[in-house]
Amino acid sequence: MINAGIVTVSYIIATILFILALGGLSNQETARRGNWYGIIGMAIALIATILGVVTAQYTVLLVALLIGGSIGLFAASRVQMTQMPELVAILHSLVGVAAVAVGYVNFMDPTEHLVGVELTIHDIETYLGILIGAVTFSGSVIAFGKLSGRISGNPLALPARHWLNLGLLIGAIWFGREFVLQSAAGGGMEPLIIMTVIALLFGIHMVMAIGGADMPVVVSMLNSYSGWAASATGFMLGNDLLIVTGALVGSSGAILSYIMCRAMNRKFLAVIAGGFGTGGGAPAASGGEDQGEVDPIEPLETAELFLNAKEVMIIPGYGMAVAQAQHTVFEITRTLREKGVNVRFGIHPVAGRMPGHMNVLLAEAKVPYDIVFEMDEINDDFPNVDVSVVIGANDIVNPSALTDPDSPIAGMPVLECWKGKVSIVLKRSMATGYAGVQNPLFFEDNTRMLFGDAKATLDEVLKNL
Amino acid sequence: MRIGVPKEIYDGECRVATTPDVVTQLKKLGFDVAVESGAGEKASFSDDAYREAGCEIIDSASDLWSKSDLVLKVRAPESDEAARLRADQTLISFLWPAQNTELLKQLTDTGATVMAMDSVPRISRAQKVDALSSMGNIAGYRAVVEAAQHFGRFFTGQITAAGKVPPAKVLVIGAGVAGLAAIGAAKSMGAIVRSFDTRPEVKEQVESMDAEFLMLDFEDDEDGAGEGGYAKVMSEAFIKAEMELFAEQAKDVDIIITTALIPGRPAPKLITAETARSMKDGSVIVDLAAEQGGNCELTVPGEVAHVDGVTIIGYTDLPSRLAAQSSQLYGTNLRHLLTDLTPEKDGNIVVDMEDEVIRGTTVCKDGETTWPPPAPKLSAAPPKAEPAPAPAPVKEEEPRSFVGPAIGMALAGVALLGLGAVAPASFMAHFTVFVLACFVGYMVIWNVSAALHTPLMSVTNAISSIIVIGALMQISSTNSLTMWVAAVTVGITSINIAGGFAVTRRMLEMFRK
Repeated sequence: MINAGIVTVSYIIATILFILALGGLSNQETARRGNWYGIIGMAIALIATILGVVTAQYTVLLVALLIGGSIGLFAASRVQMTQMPELVAILHSLVGVAAVAVGYVNFMDPTEHLVGVELTIHDIETYLGILIGAVTFSGSVIAFGKLSGRISGNPLALPARHWLNLGLLIGAIWFGREFVLQSAAGGGMEPLIIMTVIALLFGIHMVMAIGGADMPVVVSMLNSYSGWAASATGFMLGNDLLIVTGALVGSSGAILSYIMCRAMNRKFLAVIAGGFGTGGGAPAASGGEDQGEVDPIEPLETAELFLNAKEVMIIPGYGMAVAQAQHTVFEITRTLREKGVNVRFGIHPVAGRMPGHMNVLLAEAKVPYDIVFEMDEINDDFPNVDVSVVIGANDIVNPSALTDPDSPIAGMPVLECWKGKVSIVLKRSMATGYAGVQNPLFFEDNTRMLFGDAKATLDEVLKNL
Repeated sequence: MRIGVPKEIYDGECRVATTPDVVTQLKKLGFDVAVESGAGEKASFSDDAYREAGCEIIDSASDLWSKSDLVLKVRAPESDEAARLRADQTLISFLWPAQNTELLKQLTDTGATVMAMDSVPRISRAQKVDALSSMGNIAGYRAVVEAAQHFGRFFTGQITAAGKVPPAKVLVIGAGVAGLAAIGAAKSMGAIVRSFDTRPEVKEQVESMDAEFLMLDFEDDEDGAGEGGYAKVMSEAFIKAEMELFAEQAKDVDIIITTALIPGRPAPKLITAETARSMKDGSVIVDLAAEQGGNCELTVPGEVAHVDGVTIIGYTDLPSRLAAQSSQLYGTNLRHLLTDLTPEKDGNIVVDMEDEVIRGTTVCKDGETTWPPPAPKLSAAPPKAEPAPAPAPVKEEEPRSFVGPAIGMALAGVALLGLGAVAPASFMAHFTVFVLACFVGYMVIWNVSAALHTPLMSVTNAISSIIVIGALMQISSTNSLTMWVAAVTVGITSINIAGGFAVTRRMLEMFRK
């Protein structure tokens, strides 16, 4: 209905809108507008394609769009903020499936017939698109399972797992070569299917080997893969919009993965190689030793400490999400701020199960974002803090990361709450964190332990304020 | 068990060993509490207040002593009080066993258990029991109040219509608990505060209170920290340099508060008569060491002396002059000790001689003198051998080798050239777009604030379902398998589009100021 030129122009507009959408996320004020840019960009791209490229099957198309869209809206309106990581993971898997499906269809029913080098390049593009799509799909499904607790968060450490990965990689390359050779002769379906199975296995194995604490890296890595899959599909179809958008998403995910790795002082490859997480890794040298006595505290006394403080720092971790304590935390924050206590939040980059998880939870509980700070912004302020409250976090406040070079988390930047006057640590028991390392913070002279379920104890504290 | 709190009989003593607030807490530990009538009167705690808290009021001291299992006092018992003590009783009070050897012997002979609040070991765990610190804090505060009383000017500087008022200058010698309290009080009244101490480790504490720490220009790096966080005797040369510093400062400052004490010795004479006389007229010296002979040569213990226009305050009862406050803190210190003594919370005390705090505090038990205890070996200062715990594993940025990246870039360059040599033009056009898009993404994403990483992921997820375009290109195919696979793909990706954008919007709506 509209000519190819208009379609191309629409794609350019959509591309620009997508870039603006990502740029808008640089701060909270522009973020909402950014999201609208994204929606408009997507709408323009869809309409231009439907009007300019699609020539038949409008009914099927619209029904599919409607059904999918309704499911998406329904899921988005129902999801709990604590379940965001799962939702994001499962959505990634859908992009993976789509890349695989588009790749297969394109291979079976090519719109143009190429020969020579062009065919080889096109075959490689198809092959890569399906490969990345399949890894994204199976990896995301496993990540979803782990995040939602359907699969154990423990890393699966198969013997010789590195060799297994290497074998799968070599297999994928070998069948890639077979595929290109057979495709030139008119076949190639067989190696393609075998490769897909290999890619699926690789995705499963890769995420299974990663422990709970590394989940933020995995989620952002899968985000990146879904982008690369779209980009590879774009090459296959010769569509610049897909290439650009895929590249944007791919580099976004890659940067997030890098930020997460840096926040844990871990190498990206080490995370992917896995084996670090709940119950994983050998206990640290200092792990088994008795490090002294902990000093418990009651909710009543906690409330008194709060009321007598001028500066309170709250350090939330995944435990706050598990206990659903964010609303109580907000009530405490509001009560204290009304009484003139300066309450702030310190967020470690890897707190929670996905990048920015804690910020979303606090936002859900109506905590104003201008009192929520990043680690780098507030770490120097701890000497002035009267009371630090650690809620369901462990490794991110572990002083041995800075003092013990043999610790598995050595060199990881941590929130230095022990430099404040008093730290109160909310914990269910004295169990170690994901890294399996004992935390000397608990035994510091100025640390008090508040044992029990985070929500129940905080409710008790709130009552006494 | 039954706790008895007699009225202090020492002349001028206003404090009392427990307060109605503390009594409520003691009852929770399972104790019954009896108080002698009028015991808290001078500290503004009436008999009625005690009664309300659940105390029995007993009129005569002898009744109270005979009916109690555990006697709490502030001052060391007078000898006729000590005579009332029975072997089955326990007494807790200040005692100063080093100075009162005869009293200690008399108490030992009764066979009773006696605990001295001045002998609590100075370790972290015992801080809540440390009555000396509580009293030192009060004495420091009160010293400033007394100085203000006798000082004829403001502490704070002001510029008024009637002219400019310079702030008072206060020198605090000895920055222990009392010294720091004095610094805090003088500072909050607006004075310029300087402080000196022989222990260099307190410099930080002094500076944290916004006061100036006077450094001694002295060659040997002599550390004045002795056992248990107290100061020790310094070398002669050091003392000489120190005295010169004081003589020089005395001409400049308006108020000197001295708190220099060395355990078990007479107070060092730091302010000579000459130095004191050299101060400006109207200046004030408050000598917190008066009871141990005083840091100033002109100090008259227990009195206020006026010499050449300089007022020298030698009160020995500063905590007692703030009786309500000191009773409250002392009572709470006692309560903490009793909490440690009654592990079962059943009102029965267990004197566990294995416990370092209880062992150190107990001076006699079962007819034997258990004082002095084996000395604790902990100091507030970090041991010298071990330098301040440097953030050891924070690795220095290793000078990056250029070889690795260079090889990588060279390889990538070769690969790209090879690709360019064989690939058709159409591919290279797409490839250009791809590389540029990666860089745009790289630039844009670094600006995203960390708080928005989750919305970033959900929105990129929605955007990456642009792959739907691929399916849309295929849906018009005449091949029905192709068409249906494409239709399903469209359905799946539209879940992603709608879900991703909707959930992002929902999250962003929640962020608010």
